[in-house]
Amino acid sequence: MNFKNVKAIFAREFKSYFDSPVAYVFLVAFLVLIGFLTFGVAMFYERRQAVLTPFFLWHPWVYLLLVPAATMGLWAEERRNGTIELLLTLPITLGEALIGKFLAAWSFIGIALALTLPVPLTAGWLGSPDYGAVFCGYFGSVLLAGACTAIGVFASSLSRSQVIGFVIALAVSFTMLIIGFDPVINAVANWGVPSPIVNAVASCSLMRHFDAMCRGVVDLADVGYYFGVIVFMLAAAQVVTDSRKAS
Amino acid sequence: MSETLLEVKGLKKNFGDFQAVKGIDLTVAAGDVLGFLGPNGAGKSTTMRMITGFIPATEGDAFICGKSITTDPIAAKRCLGYLPESAPSYRAMRVKDFLRFVAQIRGFSGAALEERVAATIKEAMLTAVENQTIETLSKGYRQRTCFAQAILHDPKILIMDEPTDGLDPNQKDVVRKWINNMAAKGKAIIISTHILEEVNAVCTRAIIIADGEKKDEGKIVREDGKPDSAVFQGTHETGKIDEVFRKLTKKEER
Repeated sequence: MNFKNVKAIFAREFKSYFDSPVAYVFLVAFLVLIGFLTFGVAMFYERRQAVLTPFFLWHPWVYLLLVPAATMGLWAEERRNGTIELLLTLPITLGEALIGKFLAAWSFIGIALALTLPVPLTAGWLGSPDYGAVFCGYFGSVLLAGACTAIGVFASSLSRSQVIGFVIALAVSFTMLIIGFDPVINAVANWGVPSPIVNAVASCSLMRHFDAMCRGVVDLADVGYYFGVIVFMLAAAQVVTDSRKAS
Repeated sequence: MSETLLEVKGLKKNFGDFQAVKGIDLTVAAGDVLGFLGPNGAGKSTTMRMITGFIPATEGDAFICGKSITTDPIAAKRCLGYLPESAPSYRAMRVKDFLRFVAQIRGFSGAALEERVAATIKEAMLTAVENQTIETLSKGYRQRTCFAQAILHDPKILIMDEPTDGLDPNQKDVVRKWINNMAAKGKAIIISTHILEEVNAVCTRAIIIADGEKKDEGKIVREDGKPDSAVFQGTHETGKIDEVFRKLTKKEER
């Protein structure tokens, strides 16, 4: 792995977000949506508690909608414009290109997340939140964003159409979010699916691992899960891109 | 005898049951400009893509400066400059930033990178537009920008897929002069084309393919270097390139 190549791809992709107004629209939409859900729906102030759980619990749903928008062009645009042929005939491996692109998209989402820091700062000014729990919440949110980004990178590799990439990323992320919900688990169990299988599938839920972190508990297994999803999705994206790059 | 820089051995490509390339062999030496000719759908671009490592060959291999594109692709690609068909580039980037990006991947850094990018911009005559975004450029300038990325690292081998496709006569003339300059510098050049006047203007040798097979291979001989006098002297056929081309490829259009 040549890290100079990863860095070059990362820098190009990251800068490309800001080459058009799309990045700014994305950041504003992210903040408006998070703000509305936290203050308008979850009634953050009305609770009169310096606890950020109502803020973090909306992150998966915001990522569900916005991360696919940030990742849908990563490979689809390369294929549509023919630049994939230019890129992959340079002395660079597909893995280096893939990791550079993933890190750029993840960092971009990271900037959006960093812009929400006034929320815990305000909570700290008004009360005394548990900063350990706040840190865990942000840490979990960063990992969740990484998993959603990797799903988006994979979805983008499947088609030269950005719209298809968006829809597939949305569908996969949504499925991986809801499989951990009790009503879904109960419905699946009622179909006669053996409970070990139901439990195994439910344990793959993006939501289930995030919930614990929102409450201030960082388990190594949860961290391992998110990195597992990232590695699996990037490996799948590599296989797909390699086999479909010329199509 | 010039040094052989590119050697292609038994290159084949299957797409499912369809065999697009049926075993192509070729060599290109320093200073050679090889015209890779064939009608649309003959397998030219597929062959170029296998030689440059973009798609894997089903069978066979290409050796670039002695490095196998199959087993040592990174070393092989370092020796190669490639201008893909339609000259793709990142259109939202400025010309200079695009070349900086390619230079980074080509292993340049710091002052050497800036120096190399500045020299390439000058060589490709892009100075007037170096700070413009690529999407605002004319087709001719976009072609030059993609050409610039191909020559940035001063490669020994240049591969160009339809380098003058869609350009006006003046722009074509500029590209042909570049090709002749590069050949004079001792580079091995392959040009994939179906524009036969290109072969008369710049090529020293030509290979004619049709239906994925090599039909003939030979020298292009000119009297006093005049393109109008160019004659193809192949293994099977000799004559004006357009006549030989029609004779060898029309059989495939029954």
